[in-house]
Amino acid sequence: MNRKRYFHFFIHLILIVSFVIIAFPVFYAFIVSTQTFQDVFVYPPKFTPGNDTIQNYVAAWETVKMGRLLFNSTLISVAVAVGKIVLSLMAAFAFTYFGDFKGKGLFFVIILITHMLPLPIRIVPTFELMRSFNWVDTYYALTVPFFASATGVLLFRQLFLTVPASLCDAARVDGITPMGFLMRILIPLSRTNVSALFLIEFLYMWNQYLWPLVVTNRDEMRVVQIGLKMLLAGQAQAADWNIIMAGTIIAMLPPLIILFVMQSSLVKGFSMQEEK
Amino acid sequence: MQSKFPSRLLPYLLLSPSIVIVIVFLIIPSLQSLYLSFFRVSPFGDRLIYVAIDNFTNLLTPDYLNSFIVTVVFTGAVVVVGLVVCLALALAANQKVAGIGLYRTGLIWPYALSPAVAGTIWALVFDPSTGAFSYFISLASGAMPNWRTNGPFAVVVITLAATWKMVGYNVIFFLAGLQTIPRELIEAAEIDGAGPLKRFWNITFPLLSPMTLFLLIMNTLYGFFQVFGLIDVMTEGGPARATEVLVYKLYYDGFISLKTGYASAQSIVLFAFVAGLTLLQFRFAKRWVFYQ
Repeated sequence: MNRKRYFHFFIHLILIVSFVIIAFPVFYAFIVSTQTFQDVFVYPPKFTPGNDTIQNYVAAWETVKMGRLLFNSTLISVAVAVGKIVLSLMAAFAFTYFGDFKGKGLFFVIILITHMLPLPIRIVPTFELMRSFNWVDTYYALTVPFFASATGVLLFRQLFLTVPASLCDAARVDGITPMGFLMRILIPLSRTNVSALFLIEFLYMWNQYLWPLVVTNRDEMRVVQIGLKMLLAGQAQAADWNIIMAGTIIAMLPPLIILFVMQSSLVKGFSMQEEK
Repeated sequence: MQSKFPSRLLPYLLLSPSIVIVIVFLIIPSLQSLYLSFFRVSPFGDRLIYVAIDNFTNLLTPDYLNSFIVTVVFTGAVVVVGLVVCLALALAANQKVAGIGLYRTGLIWPYALSPAVAGTIWALVFDPSTGAFSYFISLASGAMPNWRTNGPFAVVVITLAATWKMVGYNVIFFLAGLQTIPRELIEAAEIDGAGPLKRFWNITFPLLSPMTLFLLIMNTLYGFFQVFGLIDVMTEGGPARATEVLVYKLYYDGFISLKTGYASAQSIVLFAFVAGLTLLQFRFAKRWVFYQ
């Protein structure tokens, strides 16, 4: 019994120390975001909060029009997450409930192929395409090319395959249409996976950097991630770390909040998959 | 087997949005990358000049080989350090101790951070004159290394930043994998007198190997493709190209130097790499769902 106590103590110790190490950079970033410019440049570094919190956050907010950037990032992240979910629900439904229609195998391969074509492989022609559509500096360029999701199709297809066939048979006896079955039965059944996928895709889109950098030029169309670069730009040796860190904290808060709120759906979404 | 709806048209309607998007925004541009890799844009940018495989032979220059080596070293370090550390963390977080839910949350939150956020934060903690970690290092070693001028040290710093950002993702998936291992199996081995190390190597590790391979591949793809923001924010490929990974070089040649054909040839090399990884994935694991 005593051995078990030591073991538990040891596990607590490992977990606490790991947490402290992992959290330290963010903790330090937060401290710096409250300090004055002078505080940042003392040596040895100060690990206590300063008095410039509000000034720093206001400065970060105003320097790069943070309100607009947050709006853009939120809009494209929600749009892409919803778009991916809707399109992959539709595709997964087509793959599971309509037998072997002509071209099914080919379509499945086409959707799976998205995994083999990450953006850097096609970035120059895709950018040219945006130019020919006149989509540069528009929300279309920031969202539409991302709408297809092999992840989503595989996830929902796997889930739909585990739905008891009797459920569909019974619904059809009651005269349900295919779309009625999808909307009223399959989608409500997929709630947990829908929220897990929403979380994953929201974070994925919120954290995009390269594509928004390439397809936007105007400050009004930039996203939060690029805003960080704009805060850093022009800082040679003596960076305004307090203001940059205020911007960093602002940029990381929305995805962190969403992760904390929806964390349980992530866990449930996975375990459902693994168990059944 | 699911029962079938008799509709003939509906499955095509349901699939068409996904298929159109994949073809228009993924497949056609990828084929164009292949096509463009055999051309170079004329000095005025108005026409394409066929150059056969010149763009590919130009990949054998020291600059590109440097990028290649930097990417392999960086990605290798991110994968090995990330997987070893996160497996250890997940093993600890899989124990039944009080407050484990809180501990798990405490380990997975970096999943929400972006590469660019990781970049600004690690640029701060390693700031050569004022950063906390620079200070700790100078206390321990007496010297203050400067990653803005010291290439190898810059690679170490971006590796740490990139690995740190992946902790949450890796822990989530290792935990999910560990939870599929039946507890009875481990308890039975314990009763038979197998020590913790033996239990780990003979039961946990082999049963976890599909998840480990999955994470190996996802972390490799991450190191190759998803760290652009981190590099752009921290080093812009410097100092002296020490951190110029392949994707950064591709962006630079394609969008700053406007060498479209040369950048496209680089795209094709990256595609060959992804195709190889994907084959490996299909070869070894039949039943995975992929997550970004």
